Amino acid sequence: MLYLNIIVAGLLTGAVYGLMALGLSVIFGVIRIVNFAHGEMMVLAMYGACLANARFGVDPLRALILVVPALFLLGYVLQRGLINRYIARPDHEQFLLLLAVATVITASLLMGFGPDARNVQLDYAYDSYQLGAVLLDKVRVLAAAGAVLGAAALWAFFRFTRTGKAIRACADNQVGAQVVGLDVKRLYAVTFGLGAACVGAAGCLMLLLVDVQPYIATDYTLLAFITVILGGLGSMPGALLGGVLVGVSEALSGFLVEPSFKSAFSFGLLILVLLVRPQGLLGRA
Amino acid sequence: MKRRLTRRDFALGAAASGALLAGAGRARAATRPIKLGSLLPRSGYEALIGQSCQRGVDLARKMLPEMGYAIEVIDADTESKPEVARTQAEKLIRDGAEMLIGAFDSGQTFAIAQVAEQNGVPFVINIGADPAITEQGYKYIFRNFPTSVMLGSHGLGRFNDLFQATGTAPKTAVLMVATDTFGQTMLKGINALMPKLNLPFQIVDTISYDPQAKDLSIEVAKAKAANAELQMVVTRLNDAILMVREMVKQKYEPMAIISPGSPGMYQTQFMKVLGKYADYAITNIPWLDPKQSLSRRFEDEFNKANPGEVCTLDAGFTFEGFLICADAYKRAGSAKPQALVEALAATNLPDRVMIGGPITFDAKGQNVNLPSGVVQILDGRPTVVLPPENAEKKPVFPVPGWSQRA
Amino acid sequence: MRAARALDLSPRAAAALGLFVAVMLLLPLVANAYVVSVLVVVLFSAYFGQSWNVMTGFAGQLSLGHALYVGLGAYTSAALFVHLGLSPWLGMVAGMAVATLAGSAIAALSFRFRVGGVYFALLTIAFAEFTRILFDHFGWVGATEGLFLPVANLSHDDPLRLRGSSVMFYYLLLALSLAALALSHALLNRRVGYYWQAIREDEEAARALGIDVFRYKIAAMALSAAMTALGGALLAFYDNNLYPDTVFAMGRSIEIIIAPIIGGLGTLFGPIVGAFLLTGLGETMTNLSTHFEINGLKQWFYGAALLAIVALQPSGLWPWLRRALGLAEGRR
Repeated sequence: MLYLNIIVAGLLTGAVYGLMALGLSVIFGVIRIVNFAHGEMMVLAMYGACLANARFGVDPLRALILVVPALFLLGYVLQRGLINRYIARPDHEQFLLLLAVATVITASLLMGFGPDARNVQLDYAYDSYQLGAVLLDKVRVLAAAGAVLGAAALWAFFRFTRTGKAIRACADNQVGAQVVGLDVKRLYAVTFGLGAACVGAAGCLMLLLVDVQPYIATDYTLLAFITVILGGLGSMPGALLGGVLVGVSEALSGFLVEPSFKSAFSFGLLILVLLVRPQGLLGRA
Repeated sequence: MKRRLTRRDFALGAAASGALLAGAGRARAATRPIKLGSLLPRSGYEALIGQSCQRGVDLARKMLPEMGYAIEVIDADTESKPEVARTQAEKLIRDGAEMLIGAFDSGQTFAIAQVAEQNGVPFVINIGADPAITEQGYKYIFRNFPTSVMLGSHGLGRFNDLFQATGTAPKTAVLMVATDTFGQTMLKGINALMPKLNLPFQIVDTISYDPQAKDLSIEVAKAKAANAELQMVVTRLNDAILMVREMVKQKYEPMAIISPGSPGMYQTQFMKVLGKYADYAITNIPWLDPKQSLSRRFEDEFNKANPGEVCTLDAGFTFEGFLICADAYKRAGSAKPQALVEALAATNLPDRVMIGGPITFDAKGQNVNLPSGVVQILDGRPTVVLPPENAEKKPVFPVPGWSQRA
Repeated sequence: MRAARALDLSPRAAAALGLFVAVMLLLPLVANAYVVSVLVVVLFSAYFGQSWNVMTGFAGQLSLGHALYVGLGAYTSAALFVHLGLSPWLGMVAGMAVATLAGSAIAALSFRFRVGGVYFALLTIAFAEFTRILFDHFGWVGATEGLFLPVANLSHDDPLRLRGSSVMFYYLLLALSLAALALSHALLNRRVGYYWQAIREDEEAARALGIDVFRYKIAAMALSAAMTALGGALLAFYDNNLYPDTVFAMGRSIEIIIAPIIGGLGTLFGPIVGAFLLTGLGETMTNLSTHFEINGLKQWFYGAALLAIVALQPSGLWPWLRRALGLAEGRR
């Protein structure tokens, strides 16, 4: 029964990882930019939610309304203004650019908020549901639900809206898209904005689960990469699947082996996947 | 490439003229302020504790002159990195620091110790528990903080005092330990001491966890599954908060959570974040002595200067580090390194802030007179509950369950 | 002048190089201990950058996990010294061997499975992190408690056992850095260097030309790993304490690559220029931020400076500086 609890907890946390990775997957799948500032953007969103809570008393779930558009805007402007010039440049230049952006974000947060860990005090923070033999953490359930909804919304956007279809066209064939008259630059900016919005939503949800401080960003960037590679870069269901896999395997390995080996397990998994099936479980070869 | 006159040049010039003047004015040496260099991790991942210690430095700046000591303090930031600690120590020495105090983290402290020893500058350690630091045969290094071995043995010893004072004792315990340097050293110490100390409980399971983990649900689930009566922990701050939260969520209620001597469960953040759930957590650790007048004055000044913050051993030990240096200088009457070292070695300070007899140092520069008190969070404040001669209130054990908290 | 021509340098460039070496040799005699210890940091940064440059700058394989080799070199030599009393000079060789093995294995695995570009970079990160966690549990080298080297008798320098002052390490590192410079130059002018650059520019074309791309990529990684490990061993004996979380840290991997990229990836002198610049910037920032008591100001300027350089001079500062100083006659 203990195992069931552990697996369920892993599943729920994994859903949030999935949402975070989704943003990364979308950005790479379409623009082919490796966003090494992914974790930092999520931490920015987390602080945003904290501020909203401190200033307006809203809990992170309601803060989504403020944070998600703000992150979208940030992503759009960043891509349009800065990153766009680097799309065709060598990998290390892209990496260094986004690393610089990440450093500036982290340092600004440190200057603005200090090194203390912050979180939001929720009335329901200590609640749990009892479902048979399984003890479900209320915040975890809410976060997972939010993640699944967010993913579904994104999927619907890409499937049913014109812009969404245009973006998919860009991803499939950039030259062709331009020939047909699509404004690729604008679409790229929208895509980056969407990826940032995703990570912004993930940040609000993550704040329900963990405390935020400026230095946790790198771990999350790495986690996002592991998740996306597992599931397959450019595959949306893959990102969710990857997230769930990482969540569950972390939970189980922590329980069965030793908790301090949790990350080693994830990295080992990453190495295995990169060598055996680099396109990930659901990615296109 | 042209080179403009930089601040560094001015500092070099100032230090040079300062050195000249210092040499010339030996007759006035006893009353001219001694330059003390402070090295703390004020940024980087240990920033929170570094800033906590910094409050002790600021109070030393204010209170020591009022107590008749002439000091001048230069602050430096180790950025939580040993390489930076080293270069900053060199910089302080070049800027004229005559004694150094720091640095909370053992790796950084070690780096500074090497620089201090090489340059013949006395270095008083405020906080830093790695036993190896005072085992190197250094002449200029003094430590006014227990080693992790001392912390472990004193901390474990207090368990029996607690059980005797409250008439209850658990039969089983589960141990949760962070996998960082401090945690693993404590773990070794605990395992070595358990058979010798005649404690009434057996440790039925030991769970090691990554203190940087953002989620401890698995670890707490494992601890709960061990079905032990007592929860013994060696934590840092963030993981302590996470752990208690998980325990509340999973409805895991041991007789108490007791730390044999680790940071976390007495710090401001812990109580701010957890509110009523922080109450009754016990840490066996050296603490401010409520029966010492200097200690009460210190805590009053602290509360005036830092409303909303809790006065902890971070500030207390840091203050004592400065007190020791200032006192040694006063007795030596000179700032020459040899004189300072001799004065430091002969230190005997009965009026102090922390629990324990007068501050003295053994041949290795270690103060072995640093007993642990039992500190329990009562009404949102870390309170000394044992030993009785230093206690402010009586201990509560076993502690009320989560749902029974006010 | 013969030397200048052999090194393919214009007279002006040769004079500049000579001046640089002369200044570096004389600096410790006039500078105080603080400046020397800062310069040691610069030289470590320069040397690690040069080692990384071989693989990423010359052969074009982006490695983001170079801290792995620093750690392997450091821990191997330190552990052998502490537990078996083995001379640091022999320990260094052992460390280099371990790192070369690891680097070759990782390269062979990755390239056999056709993992390249971003994926390869992520793989290097994964291996470094995995090793870090492994060492966290490796009792013989101290695990998370750290490995401490005995520091005794600091009154005089003992180069044989690498116990000594910053000045001793300064000269050792200076020699190492100049040797790396010479080695890089030699390699670039030989077939192996040409092949590497061909692979960097267009791997498919290189393969089509008959170059054994697989073998040469592994060679680049192996050499880079060995050089880095040598620096790692020196680092161990300089710091005298090692913790897996600082030695194998991802932060260190990133620190290693910033200097050469800012100085000029793929150039000979770029890593050295980058190291001086960054450390200088860092120290200035530290002084400024203690003055203003703002937490994080240094990191902010660091990031902003990085951003500026990537945006304005992406090929690095050395090529620009070289032109500005009129040294561009020579090849590098």
